[in-house]
Amino acid sequence: MIKFDRVSKRYASGKDALRRVSFELPAGQLTFLTGHSGAGKSTLLKLIMMIERPTQGQIFVGRQNLNGFGNRHIPLLRRKIGMVHQNHQLLFDRSVFDNVALPLVIAGFPKADIGKRVRAALDKVGLLSKEKQNPIMLSGGEQQRVGIARAVVNKPPLLLADEPTGNLDPALSAEIMDLFHDFARVGVAVLIATHDLSLIARYRHRLLTLREGNLIHDGVESATPAAGDWYGA
Amino acid sequence: MARNPKRPAGARSARTSLGDHFTAWRHHHRDSLADALGRMRGTPGSTLLTILVIAIALALPTGLSVLLDNARVITQGWDGRAHLSVFLKMDIKEERQRALAKDWAALDGVADTEVITRQQALDEFREQSGFGDVLEALPDNPLPPLIVVFPSSNEPEALEALQQRLSKLPEVDLAQLDVAWVRRLHAIIELGQRLIGVLTLALAAAVVLVVVNTVRLAIESRREEIVVIKIVGGTDGFVRRPFLYSGFCCGFAGGLGALILVGTALWWLGEPVNQLLDLYGSEYSLTGMSPATALILPLFSGALGLLGAWLAVSRHLGEIEPQF
Repeated sequence: MIKFDRVSKRYASGKDALRRVSFELPAGQLTFLTGHSGAGKSTLLKLIMMIERPTQGQIFVGRQNLNGFGNRHIPLLRRKIGMVHQNHQLLFDRSVFDNVALPLVIAGFPKADIGKRVRAALDKVGLLSKEKQNPIMLSGGEQQRVGIARAVVNKPPLLLADEPTGNLDPALSAEIMDLFHDFARVGVAVLIATHDLSLIARYRHRLLTLREGNLIHDGVESATPAAGDWYGA
Repeated sequence: MARNPKRPAGARSARTSLGDHFTAWRHHHRDSLADALGRMRGTPGSTLLTILVIAIALALPTGLSVLLDNARVITQGWDGRAHLSVFLKMDIKEERQRALAKDWAALDGVADTEVITRQQALDEFREQSGFGDVLEALPDNPLPPLIVVFPSSNEPEALEALQQRLSKLPEVDLAQLDVAWVRRLHAIIELGQRLIGVLTLALAAAVVLVVVNTVRLAIESRREEIVVIKIVGGTDGFVRRPFLYSGFCCGFAGGLGALILVGTALWWLGEPVNQLLDLYGSEYSLTGMSPATALILPLFSGALGLLGAWLAVSRHLGEIEPQF
């Protein structure tokens, strides 16, 4: 679903955020992306979302090479990617329903269709009863689930999550992870960027570890050695 | 927490047809307009202020130009009475005078002539001046025969040409034409038009800037929403449209406001102006804006608003990019 081929990113400041990073994410796989602040996690996500462009190398989403994409293709690319944020990025001037409906409204779905799909997504994350509420009334875990519902409402083949469990206790984190597993099971490629070592340790998924822009680990082996490596503690 | 025991449906991304896109695009325009109006209603204070500033800025040149149009129509009436007073030599007899007047009436550029004989001139002078007794004391009638020539054209140049032509005739002592005031009037009206032109440009620019500022603030206050829309794949057009609509609506409403202001001012001025004109013996009465002006002004103003919004949007939307 995603392929990085010797991708480097150097910012205008001269900082090398990524150095010749190569990996491939198949459909239906859940993958963790880790590394401490400044290791290049955010840059990697930004490159996939085309918020930034690579200095070198090629990125493929689906079968398409992002280097061939102009600015006007960016919205269409982003419609294929569900993005879940640590701080949820919900809009508090509208209901839960309208928050989740936004990607469908933008993609131009018929109104009746929007209602069905939004309710299906809210049902999936267990918040169907709260569709009329303002997200500000919800708990942190519920807000995160609204964010997930919004990310998956138009059934994107790729789901990116940036610290999705960052502010949640272990029980709520487990609920969120269950959802991600469900999506992976139906064929979605899920990439979760996280600091949360306990989360990584609990689920034995493929793990990509970045350090100073280099991909230093790629595999299903336990995360703990890598943890000592970059956590320093 | 498998809340939904639905069978996996596969991870095909949802697709939409071209027709759906068109319907959605149309709906989005409608929604953008509704959204723009809703937000204007949501911040009545600042919206009203913006609209009022636009209304006043546009009312000024519009009102002045209406007054100038009126002035032009009134002075056209005055121009009609511009004439040449051609004084003949003292020895020209009355028959000769009448014959000349008849000849001149047939000249190019002459509409009509009027004969004032020496005797008529004397009578008129006596009647109007109250110096009748002085005239009695004079041995002869000192007033020359006069032919008043009414030109068919009111152009100062044509009047002067006519004057020069008549001056050269042997029977003519003096052909008097006071074109200075006609020229001054034309010059003043010309100047007025130019000034209104400059004023219109300056105030139109002010309207654009007011809208730029309003929309810039609106963009700033909706930064989070714009970020989210961009993340979930909203096109620039999708983000831009509500702002463009709100710019147009502000401009349009400001244009309507200007119409109301000018209309009110004309109504307020109408009575005393008409009285004044009456005192000058004019049949004329103040006319308001033409229907064309009333139609064009809000649209023009709306276009200025649209331009302002477009400038603000193209300047500031690019700066807002998702970060994480």
